[in-house]
Amino acid sequence: MGFFVAQLLTGMANAGALFLVASGLSIIFGVTRVVNFAHGSFYMLGAYIAYTLMSHLPGAIGFWSAIVLTGIAVGLIGLLVEIVVLKPIYRAPELYQLVATFGVILVIQDAVRYVWGPEDLIGPRAPGFGGVVSIFGQSVPTYDLVLIALSLVVLAALWALFNKTRIGVLIRAATQDREMVGALGVNQTLLFSAVFFLGSFLAGIGGAAQLPKGGADLTMDLNIITAVFVVVVIGGMGSIFGAFMASVLISELQVFGVQLLPQSTLVLMFVVMAIILVVRPQGLFGRPDAAVYQGNSAMVPKPLKPLGLAGKLVGAAILAFLAFIPFYGDNFLVFLFSDIIIFCLFAASLHFILGIGGMASFGHAAYYGGGAYVAALLVQYLQTPMELAIVLAPLGAGFLALIIGWFCVRLSGVYFAMLTLAFAQVVWSVVVQWTSLTGGTDGILNIWPSDWASDPSVFYYVVLVVGAGGIIALRAMAHTPFGYALRGTRDSSLRAEAIGIHVRRVQLLAFAFAGAMAGLAGALFVFAKGSIFPTELAISRSFDALIMVFFGGVQSLGGPIAGASVFTLLQDWLSDFTYWQLLLGVAIIAVVILSPRGITGLLETTGRIGDRFRTATGSNAEVAGKEAR
Amino acid sequence: MLEVADLNSFYGGAHILHGVSLDVGQGEVVALLGRNGAGKSTTMKSIMGLVRPRSGTVTFEGQAIAGRPAYRIARLGLGYVPEDRRIFTDLTVLENLEVGCRAARGTQRAWTSERLFELFPNLAERRSARAGAMSGGEQQMLTIARTLMGNPKLVLLDEPSEGISPLIVEQMAFAIRQLKAEGIAILLSEQNLHFAMLIADRVQVIEGGRIQFHGTAEELSNQPKLREELLAL
Ligand SMILES: Nc1ncnc2c1ncn2[C@@H]1O[C@H](COP(=O)(O)OP(=O)(O)OP(=O)(O)O)[C@@H](O)[C@H]1O
Ligand SMILES: [Mg+2]
Repeated sequence: MGFFVAQLLTGMANAGALFLVASGLSIIFGVTRVVNFAHGSFYMLGAYIAYTLMSHLPGAIGFWSAIVLTGIAVGLIGLLVEIVVLKPIYRAPELYQLVATFGVILVIQDAVRYVWGPEDLIGPRAPGFGGVVSIFGQSVPTYDLVLIALSLVVLAALWALFNKTRIGVLIRAATQDREMVGALGVNQTLLFSAVFFLGSFLAGIGGAAQLPKGGADLTMDLNIITAVFVVVVIGGMGSIFGAFMASVLISELQVFGVQLLPQSTLVLMFVVMAIILVVRPQGLFGRPDAAVYQGNSAMVPKPLKPLGLAGKLVGAAILAFLAFIPFYGDNFLVFLFSDIIIFCLFAASLHFILGIGGMASFGHAAYYGGGAYVAALLVQYLQTPMELAIVLAPLGAGFLALIIGWFCVRLSGVYFAMLTLAFAQVVWSVVVQWTSLTGGTDGILNIWPSDWASDPSVFYYVVLVVGAGGIIALRAMAHTPFGYALRGTRDSSLRAEAIGIHVRRVQLLAFAFAGAMAGLAGALFVFAKGSIFPTELAISRSFDALIMVFFGGVQSLGGPIAGASVFTLLQDWLSDFTYWQLLLGVAIIAVVILSPRGITGLLETTGRIGDRFRTATGSNAEVAGKEAR
Repeated sequence: MLEVADLNSFYGGAHILHGVSLDVGQGEVVALLGRNGAGKSTTMKSIMGLVRPRSGTVTFEGQAIAGRPAYRIARLGLGYVPEDRRIFTDLTVLENLEVGCRAARGTQRAWTSERLFELFPNLAERRSARAGAMSGGEQQMLTIARTLMGNPKLVLLDEPSEGISPLIVEQMAFAIRQLKAEGIAILLSEQNLHFAMLIADRVQVIEGGRIQFHGTAEELSNQPKLREELLAL
């Protein structure tokens, strides 16, 4: 009994910070319709800022005022991000906003590293709450009780704010129909800013309050954002109470899960999430229509045409150029271009579902890394030859994508994005936690190509042939009836359904095919590097793929190739700088704001053949009209 | 009070309004009549700043307002009642009114929720009910009441009689006459000629995004051919 209660309280205490962050994300999304991926970064900033403030402000008063001041500081930083980064792109498709917020993640990562250094920080004890209390004979940290009380106070305060104040009523109204709120004389710009301040404030408080318990480190941002997505998907986007209940549920599951299945807490979380999604796709407390919120609405895709003669010539020229690399380049160049080809295939596979299918997968690294691990495990345990491993890896990755996709295609837009990301984290954590099979973070080493391909130049040709083959297969698929059906589901799933397309099945098959092709890229990667580590499955790798597709321009089949090339070269060049993430982040934000159609969009506009396209941002009347509907 | 001159509006590439001009005088009720798709709602949205007109001018009390954001236009004293009501279904009736609330201007007698409940007695009983749980007619009253809470000098009323029962339409006509008596000017979009004739001082008929007729309601009813052509009545 005592043990049970103690565990329950620990879970509730863990839920506190999670709830603060999740409710902030939910509030921001409700009004602005922006999923702020950088919300976890605000949480991390909260922890670091509180660390500094608490070391300067003594005593109990200092401690509690540090938490409030941290909230205000982070709220102001959030406001700055909103004004500089998001304000210019509120009307752009959601993918652009998501990518811009990645940029913010990178910038904040490096800024924190610069200011506070790379070492983990241990938080101070809360004055007066440093000890433990005995509950049913079990000792429970007093500060856990403080965290529980804090989350209840915040829940009550939010309830009062939303039901008893004018600004709260305006926020609720704007969550439903922000244009109408504007037509009634409310300045939306201010409302958006207020909401961003509030959401960031909550994240900052969350980071500050958990400092005595969890400290501060540089992985907090991505760790919490995954958990927050799970919470939001389970609780229902836009519901504060849902966020609270789901935070408690997830945290309790983790606490009790450790007792039952010590190695698989994340798997448990995933099972619960999967069950809830199948039963209630809108989440426990979400409204059904929120779940069908359609993304990409402002994106007007151009019709795809098979390559003309000129395009074929360009393609052939690029291939010829690549084929000559080993003749005039040194090994460094051969490795660099081998990387580029692999990333091109990886990006092209994501583009297939994202650009053609309209499904923004935020966890595509699961299939890339998944394929890589399939190949590596086959070699490690079954001594499979390279040739067979390269054939089997995409099958394995495709199968994984089929299972995960079965859940994900039930959702669309940002929900789809969050779910794919959460599943990718599950795959990552399985690989990390299942040390006996995968070696955990030590990875799998010594996976080399077959003897005949052991020379770097020869293996380069393997990469070129297989990589180009994969990209050509993806392109060809886009021009089959299946590809047309997929585009139909992107443009209007209702219309596609009406003309007899089984939308979910088409989406699922596309998802699996893209997963398989990503797995193929992963298999090439293992043999090129000779080893594999869990980082190839991590969120940052998924983000890389998105940035590559985005850099290239979502609407062009050539985009991912251009994007992957530029991204790889850029990263190669930037990695000489200590704070390269910061530069990359700034570059991403700049591209989003200045050239929302990516490199290919830029080329086409300057080449004056952009008329075939309608710009993503469109005319004002058009966008206003769309919102009015 | 409100002058619209040579307004051209587009949805994407589609040219919807072709040089619409109209005007509403102080305290006047003007009906904008037209069939489905004639461009009535687009005209109202263009005035309100929800659709940005590509060319033409909108002048409200001497100020050029075309191209301004909707909230600024609303703050000048222009109220907008949309055709699809767009009430905040999750909010209560009182909360819906709160969203619309803005201070009165000058000598205006301010609207309060109590005064609005006198005007629309059906709403009074349901003040704490969730707006989404009300009937279509009650929701229509609520949209008008919500807009009035902003103490507008001129109200754009988009098809208030659409999809509600004849009895409620009567009540609506009564309420609108009350507003006129308060000195509020109204631009009313309608397909229901009978309803418009009950309350409008003047009518304008729009077809294909162009104003095809303007005059008094009697003049229009004396021209059956025109009526049939423009309104299919
Ligand atoms: N958001 C939109 N995007 C594109 N076209 C639109 C949009 N809204 C309206 N239209 C088109 O503009 C034209 C005028 O529409 P509008 O809504 O102004 O007509 P209306 O006179 O209000 O009709 P109704 O009586 O049906 O409300 C119609 O042809 C309609 O199809
Ligand atoms: Mg209309």
